[in-house]
Amino acid sequence: MKESVVIKDDAWRERLKLVLMLAPALLVIFLLFGGGLLLGLLQSFNYMPIIGLNNPNLDAYKSILSDSEFLLGFALTFYIAFTSTFISMILAIGIALVLRHPFRGKRFMNFLFQLNLPIPHIVGAVGILFLFAQSGFLARIAQSAHAIHQPSDFPAVIYDSWAIGIILEYIWKEVPFLGVIAIANLQSLGEDYEALAQTLGANLWQRFRHVTLPLLMPGLLPASIIVFAFCFGAFEIPYLLGSTYPSTLPVLAYRSYSNIDLNARPEAMAMSMVIALLVIALIFLYMVASRRWLRSD
Amino acid sequence: MAQVTNIRTVSGGRESAAAEVMERKRANFVLWIVNAAIIVGLVLPLVPLLIWSFSKTWFWPSLLPQTWSTRAWQYVASDTSQVPSALGLTVFVGVVVTVVSVIIGLPAGRALGLNKFRGKILVEFLILAPTIVPGLAVAMGIQVAFIKYGLADTLLGVILVHLIPTLPYVVLVLAGLFANYNPEYEQQARTLGAGPVRTFWHVTLPAIFPGLMAAALFAFLVSWSQYVLTVLIGGGAVITLPVLLFSFAGGGDNAITGALSIVYIAPAILILILTSRSLTGENAALGGIGKK
Repeated sequence: MKESVVIKDDAWRERLKLVLMLAPALLVIFLLFGGGLLLGLLQSFNYMPIIGLNNPNLDAYKSILSDSEFLLGFALTFYIAFTSTFISMILAIGIALVLRHPFRGKRFMNFLFQLNLPIPHIVGAVGILFLFAQSGFLARIAQSAHAIHQPSDFPAVIYDSWAIGIILEYIWKEVPFLGVIAIANLQSLGEDYEALAQTLGANLWQRFRHVTLPLLMPGLLPASIIVFAFCFGAFEIPYLLGSTYPSTLPVLAYRSYSNIDLNARPEAMAMSMVIALLVIALIFLYMVASRRWLRSD
Repeated sequence: MAQVTNIRTVSGGRESAAAEVMERKRANFVLWIVNAAIIVGLVLPLVPLLIWSFSKTWFWPSLLPQTWSTRAWQYVASDTSQVPSALGLTVFVGVVVTVVSVIIGLPAGRALGLNKFRGKILVEFLILAPTIVPGLAVAMGIQVAFIKYGLADTLLGVILVHLIPTLPYVVLVLAGLFANYNPEYEQQARTLGAGPVRTFWHVTLPAIFPGLMAAALFAFLVSWSQYVLTVLIGGGAVITLPVLLFSFAGGGDNAITGALSIVYIAPAILILILTSRSLTGENAALGGIGKK
């Protein structure tokens, strides 16, 4: 009887310790992150008395949802994020399949592959701009090879409505990110299953499609969701490399936010809430994906 | 593995040996091509930055500048430009944010890594969320509160807002670290008479040090690459390197933009080189855990 009280007491102390250890981090995240989202949400409902928004309503959402620029921006942002993630994933898997085996200079390649992970996206954007602009480095190379005569002959991939420059920047940054994860996954999986499939008569494509890819996806899918979410919500890259019309959602939101007219504020917040909502839905997907992966281990 | 190779050799025979040599040759060729493509693809966008930074005049269609100059680098290094002070400020913000993140994140990471409890998944979700939800949405919303409490346009405000993306990374990296950590050594130290401080200093810290350093470097790099949070909360008052680079990138002076870009990536690459001994090779820690 006495013993069980002691155990219970101990369990409570453990529980309290746990709460105290987690409290500072959770408090910071609640206040700054949760607070930021909550204040954004209230402002999107036209409610924030200290800046003169006193009349809560859904006007901002009605307004953006009937605005063709917003709808086009949503489609553009989704297209950019999807295309960038998809191409990055294919390239990362391909590279990982080639680089998984030991070879001379592998350490160097691994190092180089990680080199651009810590490079900020703004620098990537400037690099893509200098490289792909119509009078940029590649256009000059094309001219000296007599492939083009003047800058306007070079395909417009910067400030273009297909957002190719933006997608190129994301691919440049994200292929190494996904590739590093894919290589690590392949190495921990080993080659036993593929070798076994080969002895059973599976050809190269069948081995990849039915053995390697299903084993690789549980590790790669969560990372791809992170990449998609980032591409969907990033502001700097489309701002530097994108066209003015159509613009991506983060750029549209920022533009409304910087508008001196305070009436634009709820609309800016509504747009940023749409971005946040989509991304939060993706995190749920991420959690489900990663939990399924853990369980199948 | 050995067994599988055996099966293959037995079923193979002589004609497949020749085929295998052919296949290996082809694989080598593919490897060579892919490696070359990776090197070109990764490095090419950085080349024009370097060339532009040393150019004086570089008109179309010349492949290299007509005249070279160190003007951009002199400007970047001069006291009249804001670059040296922006560099100092970016380092300062990064260091403070990293230290605070590690102090707050260490107990949380330990709690998550070593324990299973009800609601853990919710806590993990809360900690993961700020790494994925765009900073733009959060910073735009919180700015009203920062203005009200006098934190907008201040260094303190920028440091606080940088904690939003850095703290989760520190917690997540450390939670992973503590998941493979054995706390029994601490128990032994305690039974031998060491106090909590001595136990932490002589037992816990040496065991987690490499991972702690990785988490700290991560936090520093995340703070280092923040633009939107800094510009929305810092207004025009807190000028870090990315704020300066962003305004030059839109301004049209390619030489200074190039030089500034290189100044901005140098510390990141330096950190990678310094840590490459422990982090490259088979270990993907620097890139494998999370996102910028």
